[in-house]
Amino acid sequence: MANVDKDTVTGTETTGHEWDGIKELNNPLPRWWLYVFYATIVWSIGYWVVYPSWPTFSTYAKGVLGYSSRAELEKDIAAARKAQEAQRAKIAAAGIADIVKDQDLLVFATAGGKAIFAENCQPCHGPGGAGRPGGYPVLADDDWIWGGSPEDILTSIRVGIRSGHKDARASEMPRFGDALKAAEIAAIADHLLAFAGQKPKSEAGAKLFAEQCVACHGEDAKGNKDLGAPNLADGIWLYGGTREAIVAQIANPRLGMMPAWESRLDPVALKMVAAYVYALGGGK
Amino acid sequence: MNKSSAAAAPASLYAAREDIYPRKVQGTFRRLKWAALIALLGIYYGAPWLRWDRGPEAPDQALLVDMPGRRAYFFSIEIWPQEVYYLTGLLILGAIGLFLVTAIAGRVWCGFTCPQTVWTDLFMWVERLIEGDRPARMALDRAPFSAAKALKKTAKHGAWLAISFVTGGAWIMYFTDAPTLMREFFVGASSPEVYGFTALFTATTYVLAGFAREQVCIYMCPWPRFQGAMFDEHSLIVTYEDWRGEPRGGAKHGQSFEGRGHCVDCGLCVQVCPTGVDIRKGQQMACIGCALCVDACNSIMPRFGLPGNLITYDSIANQAARMKGETPRVRWLRPRTIVYAAILLVVAAAMATALALRVRTEVHVIADRAPLFVRLSDGDVRNGYTVKILNMERADKEFRLAVAGVPGATLNVPGFTAEQADHAVLPVKGDSIGTFRVFVRTRPDRLGARARDIEFAATDAVSGRVYRRTNVFNGP
Ligand code: SF4
Ligand code: SF4
Repeated sequence: MANVDKDTVTGTETTGHEWDGIKELNNPLPRWWLYVFYATIVWSIGYWVVYPSWPTFSTYAKGVLGYSSRAELEKDIAAARKAQEAQRAKIAAAGIADIVKDQDLLVFATAGGKAIFAENCQPCHGPGGAGRPGGYPVLADDDWIWGGSPEDILTSIRVGIRSGHKDARASEMPRFGDALKAAEIAAIADHLLAFAGQKPKSEAGAKLFAEQCVACHGEDAKGNKDLGAPNLADGIWLYGGTREAIVAQIANPRLGMMPAWESRLDPVALKMVAAYVYALGGGK
Repeated sequence: MNKSSAAAAPASLYAAREDIYPRKVQGTFRRLKWAALIALLGIYYGAPWLRWDRGPEAPDQALLVDMPGRRAYFFSIEIWPQEVYYLTGLLILGAIGLFLVTAIAGRVWCGFTCPQTVWTDLFMWVERLIEGDRPARMALDRAPFSAAKALKKTAKHGAWLAISFVTGGAWIMYFTDAPTLMREFFVGASSPEVYGFTALFTATTYVLAGFAREQVCIYMCPWPRFQGAMFDEHSLIVTYEDWRGEPRGGAKHGQSFEGRGHCVDCGLCVQVCPTGVDIRKGQQMACIGCALCVDACNSIMPRFGLPGNLITYDSIANQAARMKGETPRVRWLRPRTIVYAAILLVVAAAMATALALRVRTEVHVIADRAPLFVRLSDGDVRNGYTVKILNMERADKEFRLAVAGVPGATLNVPGFTAEQADHAVLPVKGDSIGTFRVFVRTRPDRLGARARDIEFAATDAVSGRVYRRTNVFNGP
């Protein structure tokens, strides 16, 4: 840049850059501005040293501070746990029936229970306990095969259904497909639909129902919670409410299974999730 | 800038800051600036100490932004997080106010009330007190290092840091109880955040008012870049009457000004300028409109028996009028001032109305999304809702909640109603949000459609005021 080009109007020299006859004036930046830029470079070097920032072949450079966001998270979780201790102790000491009656405890338990539910129960029972077709019951209604009181719900979660737990809830529906003719099964199905008010009564079905089903499901077909015999008169069908589905369930019953959560969740978590399920709207 | 050396060799891409040693000046505008400075700093440092009785459970600080409590207090007005639009309104008022004031009187904000200006002015005053006026300061900076110089510099920076610390600390006080903070701060009982932010604001004050000064106005502030759009030829701005001043030149007392300009080229207007502007070159972006050069020149003119206001705070239109010997006239009412003032009034009125009519209770109804509805054993369909009642008053309240629009609907709020009720009585504590699970059920044959509008009505038990919210009731 031997010959310095000066703009004739302003007297300021130009950078020598020119586009379509427009020349760029050399208006210098303030020097402190430049120094701030250098300072950020120096800062970044310090940052590389102090914080983890370089990948290595199998791991990464840890940085002299030994900082890791995972460790920070663990610290935060521990702090959160600690903050919850008092409430958790109260839940540990209280019975589930007392928890659902105590507004403060219930709010705490359902908030925690919601997270536990989302992680463990939602895959089968759906968000908000909406259930899924094909044997995953709705938990937001009032139809409870094994009982919907807080204690009943807690027990069901704890021991599971046909789970292999020694106290597991288990009921056996016989395979009527081996014992009855297809027409007989169809008659029973019609009779059941009549109970739920979905079909006119059937004489033959009533007789067969009295012989075969009353022992478990009761004369009015309202079921028996101690046996885990579902209410057949309420129009809520676990395996589908069409005639075919009911026939199939009588002939060759499907028996659902739920794991025992006792081995996976601690007692406090069990109570919290039970309280949450109870608050979904069940509880008969 | 040394132009001759620049011609010899290409200048560096970067320029060092030129030191500015503003000279002391006296006059009308300087007095105005002192008054503004004292008033503004008084408000800034004093405001957090104003008390306001809000009852036993609320903080009694008149101005308080309570971050952890998620409330902002402004005298009798209490703002909840969802009401931040009041802050937006305030910012709009500020912006339009700035436009209006600029259209009327140029950069008065920059020259008199901008925090950067105010604190820089305060720092310069301290500087002058310790190091002396312009010539003394220039001499001191040129002088070789000595004990006396070190002492003066230390004293200056010490004083600056002290002011910065008080400034940074006062800012924190707007976010926490001032007397408590004062007590805890010095015994080390405040939170790391308090110390951290105090240190941060101390540092920024020290750097911005002590060192960056006019560079903030020239390089960092966006305002000078577009404030020109708010001016017109009737805006009052600082101008040099070049038709009267030129040709300039040195002059002796009692000499005749026949055939020459009134500017005696004393340079005082440049020396007093806090941003190093020579206003005689015309309007410049770096000029913050502080009018100190007006005071400076007005202190010179009488000595030569010349009329004042060679540099003047006046409009371009008036300048032209004066030049032609016509009578100048200040035009306050112009399309732009009228428009700005109108917008200002509308926004202010809208905000005042919103504040006056604002309701301190809010009801929100959130319908369960999964499941949309459930069938119950007796054939009923049931929908679940979460009802939130925001009670923004300080008193505990009770609300009677009922639903309408769905035939045969009954509601159940576990813990607050019997199984199926036609209404629920829900207590909500003062200054808090009550959250309730509400179940509504009806017979599906009475529903008549897959989905219907359902109206929730919460009635304030005391005032009788009804808050209605519409939602959807789903059925099969
Ligand atoms: S030129 Fe005058 S009005 Fe502008 S900043 Fe300088 S002293 Fe203030
Ligand atoms: S202060 Fe007035 S007389 Fe002195 S140089 Fe500036 S304009 Fe000219």
